[in-house]
Amino acid sequence: MFWLFLLVLTVIFIGPIVWMFLTSIKTNPEATAVPPTLLPSSPTFDAYEGLLRLDGAYPVLRWFLNSLLAATLHMVLVLAIASTAAYALARLHFRGRGALFVVIVSTLFIPGFVFLIPNYLIIDRLGWLDTVWALAVPGAAGAFGVFFLRQFFAMLPGELEEAALIDGANQWQIFTRIVLPNSKPALATLAVLSFLSNWNDFVWPIYVLFSPERLTLPAGLRLLQGAYTTDYPVIMAGAFVASVPVLILFLFTQRYVIEGVSRSGLKG
Amino acid sequence: MATTAPAAPPASPTRIRRHAPWTPYAFMAPFLVVFATFVLAPAVLGIWMSLHDWDFMLPSKPFIGLDNYLALFDSTSAVFEEFWNGMRATAIFTVASVPFLVAVPLGLAVLLNRRFPGRTFFRAVFFMPYVLGVAVVGLLFRFMLDPNIGIVNGLLGTTTPWITAQPWAWISLVAMTVWWTLGFNTIIYLAGLQDIPRELYDAAKVDGASAWQVFRNVTLPGLRTVHLFVVTITILASANMFGQALLVTNGGPGDSTRTALIVMLAEGLESFRMGSAAAMSYLLAIFLGIVSIVQVLAMRERRPRWRS
Repeated sequence: MFWLFLLVLTVIFIGPIVWMFLTSIKTNPEATAVPPTLLPSSPTFDAYEGLLRLDGAYPVLRWFLNSLLAATLHMVLVLAIASTAAYALARLHFRGRGALFVVIVSTLFIPGFVFLIPNYLIIDRLGWLDTVWALAVPGAAGAFGVFFLRQFFAMLPGELEEAALIDGANQWQIFTRIVLPNSKPALATLAVLSFLSNWNDFVWPIYVLFSPERLTLPAGLRLLQGAYTTDYPVIMAGAFVASVPVLILFLFTQRYVIEGVSRSGLKG
Repeated sequence: MATTAPAAPPASPTRIRRHAPWTPYAFMAPFLVVFATFVLAPAVLGIWMSLHDWDFMLPSKPFIGLDNYLALFDSTSAVFEEFWNGMRATAIFTVASVPFLVAVPLGLAVLLNRRFPGRTFFRAVFFMPYVLGVAVVGLLFRFMLDPNIGIVNGLLGTTTPWITAQPWAWISLVAMTVWWTLGFNTIIYLAGLQDIPRELYDAAKVDGASAWQVFRNVTLPGLRTVHLFVVTITILASANMFGQALLVTNGGPGDSTRTALIVMLAEGLESFRMGSAAAMSYLLAIFLGIVSIVQVLAMRERRPRWRS
């Protein structure tokens, strides 16, 4: 009974993802047949072939590369600025540290949509509209990364650091040689979470990007849906291409991701 | 990802303090520059915009005080109907989805908290849809829920208008959101369950409590803080609903699923009335703030007995 219940749930949760792939390798008549067929009678990768040409009208491969670039830049930026700030907030002493931390954390409680319209203007003023900077940079200022790493850094024992200080190490050396290497799980978690959120972002890219060749995959998929309203294998192929990197990333790092999520809710 | 947590214990003070006074500021600087530009500045700029007739196309942006806000409450204004239609859609979605996004993950977490082989596997299975983006999930469900060729009607042998008639459109949007995001809350509840002291369960067993009594008197009170967190972030996420309604129902049927965020972004970035859009966003934020405060006050009454 228990196992049957779990099996049903598993089918419900994995089923749609499998269905997305199965549809993408069908011919359109088969994908839209009534009643639906489960498995493709003659699997074909035609839907992918057109989509993955760089020079097509709907350059999915280019969108893929744009997404990859934006998400990677974003991830690197988050790790760089959040880890340094978190180090200062966790282990250095300076005037205004407590107040600064409170200000940063309190912005976690402001709903994201408040920033959309003003940030659009700021991005416009910076001349970043329709560029990768508009995708990679603004979200990197989120308080989550700093908060998350600070909690982790604060729990590291102080002895190593003191020994290094006595040996004449400066703060930068302590940070790069002691704190960062000892924080690999936390850094990996933040890296994956920030990559995932940037890769999947939908609202922001559809407003700050205009040129078809500069779109990210989620933004491009919307164009694709408009263009191929009835060609479901093509649409599902596009959706599947957008899912593969995050699914692979998740399969390899799910322990970190799940741990990171559970840590974000409580503990610290 | 909207995430918060209670403050952790303060860092242990370093006894040897050997760094220049400016060192901490140098470490903070890169973050602070980005934070000031894309978090603090927009928060302030948004308030400023909401007090001006900030049309992107106009050279001058005259100060108009609270007019943008008052227009949202004035039934004769151009924005009134659209805005409140959006607020109603967002409210309907929130009220309909939050109970499921709290109760189902709680049930799943209790289930997964039992010791059985493959527990970690199922944890990953339920979390997997969450790593997909709304663009993918939206297209996928748009296809699966298609009244004519969709697999859902195909399997059920029905011709339900899942996305073209109410209340089916709301049912579809809530169901796909539950499928998509349930793993997140489940993981948080699971972490919370693991923090409840084992002895409490043992004591309850000794007292001969039924499974329901244990759940009611040990599990639920033990999850109070987690519960508050889950409900708060779920309400916040529901208020942000945008992609599902845009991609699956395209705001329809009629304007019934045109959520507040769709209205706000159309006002600001398609009609270029950014002052008005900024006012909308702050009003929605104020509503959410009030909801959160009420919730914290309501939850404070119910302290777990074993902690007081």
